[in-house]
Amino acid sequence: MNLLTKKLGKSELIGVLVLSLIILVVFPSVFSIFRLNLIGKYLTYAFVAVSLVLLWGNGGILSLGQGVFFGLGGYCMAMFLKLEASDPIATKIQTTPGIPDFMDWNQITKLPLFWKPFHSLTFTVLAIVLVPALFSFVIGVAMFKRRVGGVYFAIITQAVALILSILIVGQQGLTGGINGITDLKTMHGWDIRSDSAKYILYYVNAVLLLGCVVFTRWVLSTKFGMLLLALREKEDRVRFSGYDVANFKTLAFCMSAVMCAIGGAMFTLQVGFMSPSFVGITPSIEMVIYTAVGGRMSVIGAVFGTLLVNFAKTFFSEDYPDFWLFLMGATFIGVVLLFPDGLAGLYERYGKPRVQRLMRGGTTAKSEPSMMKSDPGVPVGALESGGKHG
Amino acid sequence: MSFNEIGSMMAMQGFAGLSLFTVLLLMALGLAIIFGQMGVINMAHGEFMAIGAYVVYLFSQLTQNFAPGLREVYFVPAVIAAFFVAAGVGYVVEVLLIRRLYKRPLDTLLATWGLSLAMQQFFRTFINPKEVSAELPEWLLGAFNPTPTIQVPRNGIFVMGLTILVSVGVYLLMLKSRWGVRIRATTQNRVMSSAVGINTDLVDRFTFALGCGIAGLAGAAFTTIGSTGPTSGSLYIVDTFLVVVFGGAANLLGTIASAFSIAQAQSLLEFFLTSAMAKVLTLLTIIIILMIRPQGLFVTKVRT
Repeated sequence: MNLLTKKLGKSELIGVLVLSLIILVVFPSVFSIFRLNLIGKYLTYAFVAVSLVLLWGNGGILSLGQGVFFGLGGYCMAMFLKLEASDPIATKIQTTPGIPDFMDWNQITKLPLFWKPFHSLTFTVLAIVLVPALFSFVIGVAMFKRRVGGVYFAIITQAVALILSILIVGQQGLTGGINGITDLKTMHGWDIRSDSAKYILYYVNAVLLLGCVVFTRWVLSTKFGMLLLALREKEDRVRFSGYDVANFKTLAFCMSAVMCAIGGAMFTLQVGFMSPSFVGITPSIEMVIYTAVGGRMSVIGAVFGTLLVNFAKTFFSEDYPDFWLFLMGATFIGVVLLFPDGLAGLYERYGKPRVQRLMRGGTTAKSEPSMMKSDPGVPVGALESGGKHG
Repeated sequence: MSFNEIGSMMAMQGFAGLSLFTVLLLMALGLAIIFGQMGVINMAHGEFMAIGAYVVYLFSQLTQNFAPGLREVYFVPAVIAAFFVAAGVGYVVEVLLIRRLYKRPLDTLLATWGLSLAMQQFFRTFINPKEVSAELPEWLLGAFNPTPTIQVPRNGIFVMGLTILVSVGVYLLMLKSRWGVRIRATTQNRVMSSAVGINTDLVDRFTFALGCGIAGLAGAAFTTIGSTGPTSGSLYIVDTFLVVVFGGAANLLGTIASAFSIAQAQSLLEFFLTSAMAKVLTLLTIIIILMIRPQGLFVTKVRT
């Protein structure tokens, strides 16, 4: 067992290095800032995908409400930026200057109480982490203590996503409604729309994502990760061994929620708005498919899965919008039926033996370009035994 | 406002609640079979409703163009056809997709979600990207006036009648017929059922088709209330699942009770709040109750 973890550690390390190389060096040198910003947006979804590897792939807990946490993080950040964008001078044509424009349109004359703390950046950053953590903790405790799991958990988290999106759309004056919070300009006077800011934000985002990848990988290699895996396979046996299952599940749920929220906040910063269309059921399920395409067991695979699906989405919906939903539907079905281990599984089966042969036979210098060539298969991920579904 | 008028308003409000109840129940009955009895999470359930609605629309178009004289009668065969078309599609889906996933419920969820995306796009590309509505026969239009101040819409009565019919049918089939015994046996213990000579594959296939057929019926009934668009089905799916889960998944009586309480709560709240807030409050209440009582309102005692 020990040997296995050690071995995994090494191949994982190579995987993380390759991933960093691609995200930090290849993308910025190949793509224009417009495309790079787009990739940055995709990478914020990858936070959700990585969080689902922890929660769903390894823990067997399928949450269809990850959009909720992505949205909470994004909205916290957007509220801060919106308040900064609507200072009394910029909004002097409004009936009530100094409040966000959509509030003015909805005949609200005073900043609502829960908006006030978002004047402070420190509070905002804390809120981005703590609000989703608290929210997921409450949901997690309430559900897992009552032993609600599996399908029921999926349906209930989905309902939570629906509730939050209806709430945001319905409370137009407080949340900006269906349009979301738009026209975000500066962060502490720093223009987030300039090219240089976009570069910096891309790198901040990339580093945070890599941090999450390494963190998740580390969590999965600890005893806690082993327990999660055991939970997925035989929950009752873990319970009978004396573990308080609910606490472990709640912890995993909270961790994943915080990761999603960080992604959401970075989304707002890079894209410049936040809207309920990232909170509801459809985005939440779509993000599950990123993980499934990448390989539900593989942290690195999840990032590649996200990129692949989004590249495909951009490519097809620009040229063949009709075709895209068919393809998306087919992807869902195909991944589930034919490739339950996703890209990582494909790599394990076809890519890895080849890479290993090269590493053994050729020089290291030779092996690197060959890994780059097998691009979609690059993820070094899934456990050796990955893909046995309980 | 006279006492009489208040009485009529209450009666109409009561009927609105009942009408929503029958709508919810009709949506949930198909899923109560597929999810409640078989344990399959069919996220494309809403799209099967849409199939039913589109079949009625197709019939209406055909009568309008080729046999305008039949306008008063086309609706009944259209509803029956809606059942069979949806059931047929369900049969094919079971054979191609669901059959392979009985042991992986969460994966079924993803696969059927993909199916629903593809079906929505199919409606958009091949039928009409906009909302369509069927030309209804005279006898479904307007309202029925028991007293001068009370107006009861006829389509509401039609949906109610259909729901009662389908509920009784499903009840008899699931709980009183041999076929129902086979279905329940298969869900509870697949290996044992097949050992005692039940063709479990066949049971699965027809049960799934039946659930989809009922979804088609529901969709057909909804053409009398509103128009149908490519994404109409997806609007209902969460409500439908919650109705089934809230009632206690494997329990038909529970499904009825939960549809009733959800509908009454929602229509009552809509009287005081905006419909969005009413929906939020209703959903929230359901979730909180489900957290306290995860098994739902009614539990069928089963030894597994």
